[in-house]
Amino acid sequence: MSKILIGRYVAGDSIIYRMDPRGKLLATIIFILFVFLANNPVSYLIVTIFSIAAVAATKLKPKVFWDGVKPLIWLILFTSFLQLFFSVGGTVYWQWTIFALSSYGITNAIYIFIRFTVIILISTVMTVTTKPLEIADAIEWLLKPLKIIHVPVDKIALIMSIALRFVPTLFDETLKIMNAQRSRGADFNNGGLVTRAKAITPLLVPLFINSLETAIDLSTAMESRGYRGDQGRTKFRILKWSNVDLINLCYFILLLGLLLIFRTH
Amino acid sequence: MSIKFEDVSYIYSPDTPLEKKGLDNVSFELQEGSFNAIIGHTGSGKSTLMQHFNALIRPTSGKIEIAGTTITPETTNKNLKELRRHVSLVFQFPEAQLFENTVIDDIAFGPKNFGYDNEKAFASARFWLKKVGLPEEIGKRSPFELSGGQMRRVAIAGVMAYEPEILCLDEPAAGLDPEAREQMMALFSEYQKEGHTVILVTHNMDDVANYAENVLVMEHGKMIKQATPREIFKDRNWLQEHHLEEPKPSLFATKLQNYHFAKLPLTIADLVKDIETNLKG
Repeated sequence: MSKILIGRYVAGDSIIYRMDPRGKLLATIIFILFVFLANNPVSYLIVTIFSIAAVAATKLKPKVFWDGVKPLIWLILFTSFLQLFFSVGGTVYWQWTIFALSSYGITNAIYIFIRFTVIILISTVMTVTTKPLEIADAIEWLLKPLKIIHVPVDKIALIMSIALRFVPTLFDETLKIMNAQRSRGADFNNGGLVTRAKAITPLLVPLFINSLETAIDLSTAMESRGYRGDQGRTKFRILKWSNVDLINLCYFILLLGLLLIFRTH
Repeated sequence: MSIKFEDVSYIYSPDTPLEKKGLDNVSFELQEGSFNAIIGHTGSGKSTLMQHFNALIRPTSGKIEIAGTTITPETTNKNLKELRRHVSLVFQFPEAQLFENTVIDDIAFGPKNFGYDNEKAFASARFWLKKVGLPEEIGKRSPFELSGGQMRRVAIAGVMAYEPEILCLDEPAAGLDPEAREQMMALFSEYQKEGHTVILVTHNMDDVANYAENVLVMEHGKMIKQATPREIFKDRNWLQEHHLEEPKPSLFATKLQNYHFAKLPLTIADLVKDIETNLKG
């Protein structure tokens, strides 16, 4: 559970870890957009090589990335499967009722598979090398232009940071209450659906009350220290652009160029 | 039937970068019906050890014999109800476990889970509500309307209401006022004298000196000493070396000049008696 919620940050040390989270977030977003430019074998090969290079640059074990792909593997296979048997066009090799296996279907299925996989790989590169709070900072920066149309960007950013900060706390609290109720004979693992749903009340009620109390305490603490979110706040974690980030973005411009040259027009 | 730990080790998040030894080859035996204290620094493994008593966590290696059950690394979550009926845990700040609409329902939650019929469960709940020093009317109120101290008492009643043979308490009196603290400790002591085993995890050395007959000292996941409080508090250098405090009466006694103490008083009662002897003599 903690893995899904907190993100999958894995401690490590490579050039990607030292990049500015804003640069990484931006790069991830443009990469996802660029992937859709690929439309022939050469361009797909380029994106694949590019994402494998990014994975290699993290210097992490392949297992980390496999863990990123694993939860979605069935979705990927299912989508590829649909493409494989339901696309029409090209040479038809085999047909049975509504299912048809065509050359068009095969290439489409392979493309979809690659597209999904590289997008997941690149977002995994981002999430495993960037701490959740850094990601929140990067999102805040990205949303800044919206201030012009009076979107409360600071508040959104504060909500994100607080939520991320309290995920581990809430997780510990859940575990603690679960253990306390288990000691009192509650059983969370056995019985039918109804029994299990009922068994969760002794867990949820204390958890809600606890969260509300924590929220009230936190807001009191912030107010009594004079917190004002709207103006002139300085940052504890200061983000810094470096040459590494520039070079990184250059790579993505290079990727754009290559894709534009090699894609079928 | 004693409680027996044999070479018990527990590792948190094994095979990951966060791997951490919680318990390191811990072996000891506790006598049935005794009052035991587990002391040690924050992070010394006290709480990890405590959660082994009713198999909330299972050892990574080693064997535990407790209340007729043997816990090994292979023990699964199933069929642990019987064990948990006999061995119960009161966690730190147990008021966080309250959830029912009324106090009495909350206290009866445990007994009902452990197979008491309705009538018996509520009878027991009413009995223990009184035992922890709360008036009967409180039973009908919501536990969330109570003060912190009252909630603590309700939570403790909720665990004692099915009368476990072995009661493990993690800092049950933390944050209570001195009077409430004394009442709660007296309650546990009485419970032990009725023939139950009590295991108290605490930082309060006065409670250890006043009530415990056997003390386990934990440090870095290892059990470094098991002895009577007298034995533990005898060696001042050893205590300092392991960053453990002394009971206040013994500290007081060492500050008294020209007084003679046959042996260091550990409790206030001993201290008073010794001072009397000194004054008379």
